[in-house]
Amino acid sequence: MHEWALAEAVIVTVHQEAEKQNIKQITKVQVRIGELQQIDLDIFKFALENIKEIYDDMFLDADVIDLEVESSALKCKVCGKEWEFRDLSHLKEDENESIHFIPETAHVFMRCPGCGTPDFEIIKGRGVWIQSIEGVL
Amino acid sequence: MDPRLSVIDRRLEKVENIIAVSGGKGGIGKSIVAAASALVLAENGRRVGLLDLDFCGPCAHIILGTDNLYPEEEKGIVPPKVNGISFMSVISFTAGCPWALRGSEVSNAITELLAITQWGMLDYLFVDMPPGLGDPALDAIRLIKRMKYLLVATPSKVALDVMKKELQVLKELDMKIIGILENMKRKESEPLRNKLEDLEVPFLGSLDYDAHLEEAIGNVPELLKTGFARQLREAVERFI
Repeated sequence: MHEWALAEAVIVTVHQEAEKQNIKQITKVQVRIGELQQIDLDIFKFALENIKEIYDDMFLDADVIDLEVESSALKCKVCGKEWEFRDLSHLKEDENESIHFIPETAHVFMRCPGCGTPDFEIIKGRGVWIQSIEGVL
Repeated sequence: MDPRLSVIDRRLEKVENIIAVSGGKGGIGKSIVAAASALVLAENGRRVGLLDLDFCGPCAHIILGTDNLYPEEEKGIVPPKVNGISFMSVISFTAGCPWALRGSEVSNAITELLAITQWGMLDYLFVDMPPGLGDPALDAIRLIKRMKYLLVATPSKVALDVMKKELQVLKELDMKIIGILENMKRKESEPLRNKLEDLEVPFLGSLDYDAHLEEAIGNVPELLKTGFARQLREAVERFI
């Protein structure tokens, strides 16, 4: 369950930020999950719940973590064409699996649909990112 | 904010020693020194890991003679064992295909791999560094805080000059330097030790050019029988 490692990263970061900002009770955490990484949201939520218990968290309820899936945008560095990950559905299961673990491996398995180069940029929708943390001081 | 950055130290917290094998120039034998150092320590019963951080030109797996490596998923990914070494390389995710990658995306990929890899308890983790002082080298310095550097140089003036520049940067950044190891020494070449006196860094010894080493690449039992491995064992004793 690779999602566990990323869910742990979210919980630990929220802890650290809450300490830095003297937050006593977390009220909202917005987490953006990039389409490219193909995170299973149910597994991710399950992991968040479990990790929260491991860290014996008194001030963070997993329910306040809001998960938002962000569409991907890929842009060719050569011809400038833009496209989304979902536009290319030819990938095999193991290729998708690699992108799930390390989204940048998209450069191994995908090519610009305009000019065929692997030299493109992941503009958005890459992986797990904490947008904001709100709480009561 | 990037949540991955807060767990990298945790992933490495049970690793006693993290040794980057570097040297600046490509082709000086960083990968063979990293892989063979890991092998000789594993041979002695140490718990050893090897991380191939050369994403665009990974080759440690060729030295170890393996290409079908799949990490287990367990609260992240657990490096597969190869010849007693916990081995992590991007080849597990690239299906043997080339990976052309720009700097910022190399940084993201390094961060991801470090954040999800569960190394467990190790006595030594060797990091096979990519050549140069670009994004991967700077990211490794930024993200793997306890890393100590083993620098490889050859009798080549070119390699020595590049290694010295890397050393200068590492010293400036206050990184720990284990020492310098000379690789591919030829009988007729001037001892590298003489050229390092002003650097104030331990000289760990010389590994002679071994004409039979190439034949042993990919065959670990044969690799461990080479003159290269014999001399490396002595050098490793000087820095562990």
